Amino acid sequence: MKHLIVSPAPHIRGGASTSEIMRDVLIALLPAAVASVVIFGWRAALVIAVCTASAVFFEWGYEKLLKRSVTVKDLSAAVTGVILAFNLPASIPLWQAALGSAVAVLLVKQLFGGIGKNFANPAVTARIVLFLAFSRTMTAFASDAVTGATAVTGATVDGITGATPLAIAKLGGAALEGMPSKLDLFLGNHAGCLGEVSALALLIGFAYLLIRRVISWETPVIYVAVVFALSAAFGRDPVDAILSGGLMLGAIFMATDYVTTPMTFWGRVIFAVGAGFFTTVIRVYGSYPEGVSFSILLMNILTPYINRLTVPKPLGGLKA
Amino acid sequence: MKKLPGVRTPHRKNTANDPAEKLPIPPLVRIPMAMHIGAPAKLIVAPGDAVKVGQLIGEADGFVSSPVHSSVSGTVKSVETSDAATGENGVFAVIETDGLQTPLETLAPPIVGTREEFIAAVRDSGVVGLGGAGFPTAVKLSVKDVAAVEYIIINGAECEPYITSDTRTMTDDLDLLWEGIRLLKRFFSAKILIGVESNKPEPIKLMTARAETEPLARVCPLPPVYPQGGEKVLIYNLTGRVVPEGKLPIDVGCIVINCTTLAAVARYILTGMPLVEKRVTVDGSAVKNPKNVIAPIGTPVSALLDFCGGLGEDVGKLLLGGPMMGVAIPDASVPIKKSTNAVTALNARDARAPEPSACIRCGNCITHCPLGLVTVDIQNLYLAGKIESLSVYRPNLCMECGCCAFSCPAKRPLTQYMKLAKAALRNHEAAKQQSVN
Repeated sequence: MKHLIVSPAPHIRGGASTSEIMRDVLIALLPAAVASVVIFGWRAALVIAVCTASAVFFEWGYEKLLKRSVTVKDLSAAVTGVILAFNLPASIPLWQAALGSAVAVLLVKQLFGGIGKNFANPAVTARIVLFLAFSRTMTAFASDAVTGATAVTGATVDGITGATPLAIAKLGGAALEGMPSKLDLFLGNHAGCLGEVSALALLIGFAYLLIRRVISWETPVIYVAVVFALSAAFGRDPVDAILSGGLMLGAIFMATDYVTTPMTFWGRVIFAVGAGFFTTVIRVYGSYPEGVSFSILLMNILTPYINRLTVPKPLGGLKA
Repeated sequence: MKKLPGVRTPHRKNTANDPAEKLPIPPLVRIPMAMHIGAPAKLIVAPGDAVKVGQLIGEADGFVSSPVHSSVSGTVKSVETSDAATGENGVFAVIETDGLQTPLETLAPPIVGTREEFIAAVRDSGVVGLGGAGFPTAVKLSVKDVAAVEYIIINGAECEPYITSDTRTMTDDLDLLWEGIRLLKRFFSAKILIGVESNKPEPIKLMTARAETEPLARVCPLPPVYPQGGEKVLIYNLTGRVVPEGKLPIDVGCIVINCTTLAAVARYILTGMPLVEKRVTVDGSAVKNPKNVIAPIGTPVSALLDFCGGLGEDVGKLLLGGPMMGVAIPDASVPIKKSTNAVTALNARDARAPEPSACIRCGNCITHCPLGLVTVDIQNLYLAGKIESLSVYRPNLCMECGCCAFSCPAKRPLTQYMKLAKAALRNHEAAKQQSVN
């Protein structure tokens, strides 16, 4: 008889692999990608393509350069690229989009040791960096800014322009007249970043992730519920609040990132409540209209502590 | 009541409807003296001695021990002190069989008038936990306070993929099983529950019908989730009770007995024939004709595999037990023991361990651990060498069921890390104890 393998149990494995999970996330992002092209035109597809391709390229290049095993096949870099693109306006200059991918993959992920080792969500952090560095092009939703964006990139952006619903809510008063209808907010017929505008498309992706058991319900549902309740308490229209800005995108796809969020049920509850609280407070009192990415980053930083606080007591375990 | 989590393994119960076939007596058996938890039995035969089926060849050596009987008739050829294939130390009686299977003339049903006599008979039967653990059954039944036993749970939750030997006990040996239940009812005042998963419709149907005509036990169907048959899992899922760390089931009023174990006890008490043969499921992707086989204890695995059509060309791994908790053996000369319930042969593709990648902190290992252990943190602390920080996470509770590694998307060998962490923590605490003294 030829040589047999002798190794410890278990001898069979089940469940999805890392790349299968990431593939499911990409599939779940697809409806929002289609919606972004429908709403903002082909420029949206271009931005998604540039972000994704550059994210994968930077991961591949860095690992090649450092003679590490190349991990682009796990598709996590592709997921980061698509989510980053979803956080950018359609008119973003392409070099800025690619720079965002470099920040996400190289600075936030690879310098900390690659997949599984980063403490901050790469796409969220890159969005914040771009937002602070290029505030003009990152907020070029308003009609007057579109011409500026066109001048930079030479491309034209069709579709929706104008103030984002959150900017309108921030201004308040007479500006509220310009608030899109709830149906338009739900479908995505309003100004905003590529992937954040259509709540419908994002919810389809959410349903897919739940069915595939990639994520559990608690983070997105509690996050959105807390924003709903607090917005109402602050006197804002709660339905508008949950349908506008990056909340749905953040709650479904960014606050559920495995690596940078808590691992247990109660940990995720704390994370979601904290993120919902900071999002609303920033929206209401902050200088910026939107607070989703800041609050997710803040909760990312707290995640190791949340994990330590919420170590579950094993069945039959005695107090240590 | 909420059931404990686990994983959905493939069932692959290909042999569930096949009554066991008797294996032709092999020319040679090698019977180990250590087939149970506790002190190995003391060999009392020498090369040249003639032995018969059921003859005592190894005496129990102490309280936590079990006697060993000859499974064949023939002549003791030699005594080995280690297993050449596994390197496992221990005494093995090598017996050349005569093919006649002559039973020992003096075998007679024991007299069991009292509980003490019953437990003594269980000890003499050589029966140990046949679900795989091999804990001497008599020791388990020797409780200080019989009134403290509120539940006796018959474990028919055969949750490993492929294995159907307990399934066949609950169908083919139903009369023996019920005789065992009658004995338990006679000597203990406990409620008797039979835990069996819903993927075994035939045993459930037969046992439920029997429980109606003779209502001594309640059949409790359970979801077919692995590891339903784990002792702590079964106790929790049937009674809601939690066995605390460092305690035994009896401390929460429970005794768990595997169904095949109980049938073997009943066989001894009815016939006087001790535990000398086992029903073994031979299956796996490299087995040509999967079967349940009844074989004398000590039969080499190779004889079982040959009986099932031999191995496929591309065999990659041989296991004693099932694919979740079975032990890989380096070659087919290894003998089957009392507690062997399956021989699983996997083909090269199934045998290959997947390449592990970086942990993505998904938490699957936590949500799928029946006991809720934070496997990922235990792994990280172990790898970082922070052994003193491990105790908070109670790795010693781990029963090594394999759910963590099974469910890991990064295909990390988490169960192996749990074993290493447990050992490291044990050594660390022993060293600390030593420095205190």
